[in-house]
Amino acid sequence: MADVNRGNRPLSPHLTIYRPQLTSMSSILTRITGNAMLVAALLIVWWFLAAATSPEAFATANGFITSWFGDLVMFFSLLGLWYHTLAGIRHLIWDNGYGLDIPTAEKMGWAALVGSVVLTIITALII
Amino acid sequence: MAYLTDRKRALGMGSAKSGTAHFWAMKVSSVALLILIPLFVFTFGAALGGTYEEVLAYYAKPFPAIIAALTLTVGFKHFNDGVQVLIEDYVHGLAQKIAIILMTCLSYGAAAVGLFAIARIAL
Repeated sequence: MADVNRGNRPLSPHLTIYRPQLTSMSSILTRITGNAMLVAALLIVWWFLAAATSPEAFATANGFITSWFGDLVMFFSLLGLWYHTLAGIRHLIWDNGYGLDIPTAEKMGWAALVGSVVLTIITALII
Repeated sequence: MAYLTDRKRALGMGSAKSGTAHFWAMKVSSVALLILIPLFVFTFGAALGGTYEEVLAYYAKPFPAIIAALTLTVGFKHFNDGVQVLIEDYVHGLAQKIAIILMTCLSYGAAAVGLFAIARIAL
């Protein structure tokens, strides 16, 4: 009864079998951007703490964040933030059962990719 | 093992534990961040690059301070829920538990530091 086959079952194909597709790549990018934003979030917390501490501490933190390296981190974090936001909207739509067919899912994937670049440029111009 | 029934062997192994609560928490925080993130990007963006005095004066105002405090709180909660799923996918066993605990401490710790700093500037 309980002595069933427990280790030798056929497995469904995984990442190493499938060729990269827009749907899988946009999904992985959502995860990467979401987790990578920790760096920018910690920099922002450091910036606030420094501002609350002293002018000297603020000069150090602010100097780092507004340096060319800090600018680079914040710029790519902004791009990641907009992408993650748009991809998140896609998930909220999916959660309600809409847009799950491949053509719609791919269209929304492109919309998130292109939209995040557009939003980043607009934000960079305004700020 | 051979004495266990199929039902006993399967009991508790499924995904029907706290997964629904986790999913719902992600959903609520994601909708909240949908409102907060644009507001935070443009208020923080306006303050960034200013002098020490300008930044203190800007975050002494209620609106930017409340937006920043809410964004850090909800954002780090959302991050913590998300990074837990990431860890559960790639890290297993004891290392998984340690990684989740460390990231939870970091998330709540960073949110607390941020809230303290904003409160000190704003009040």
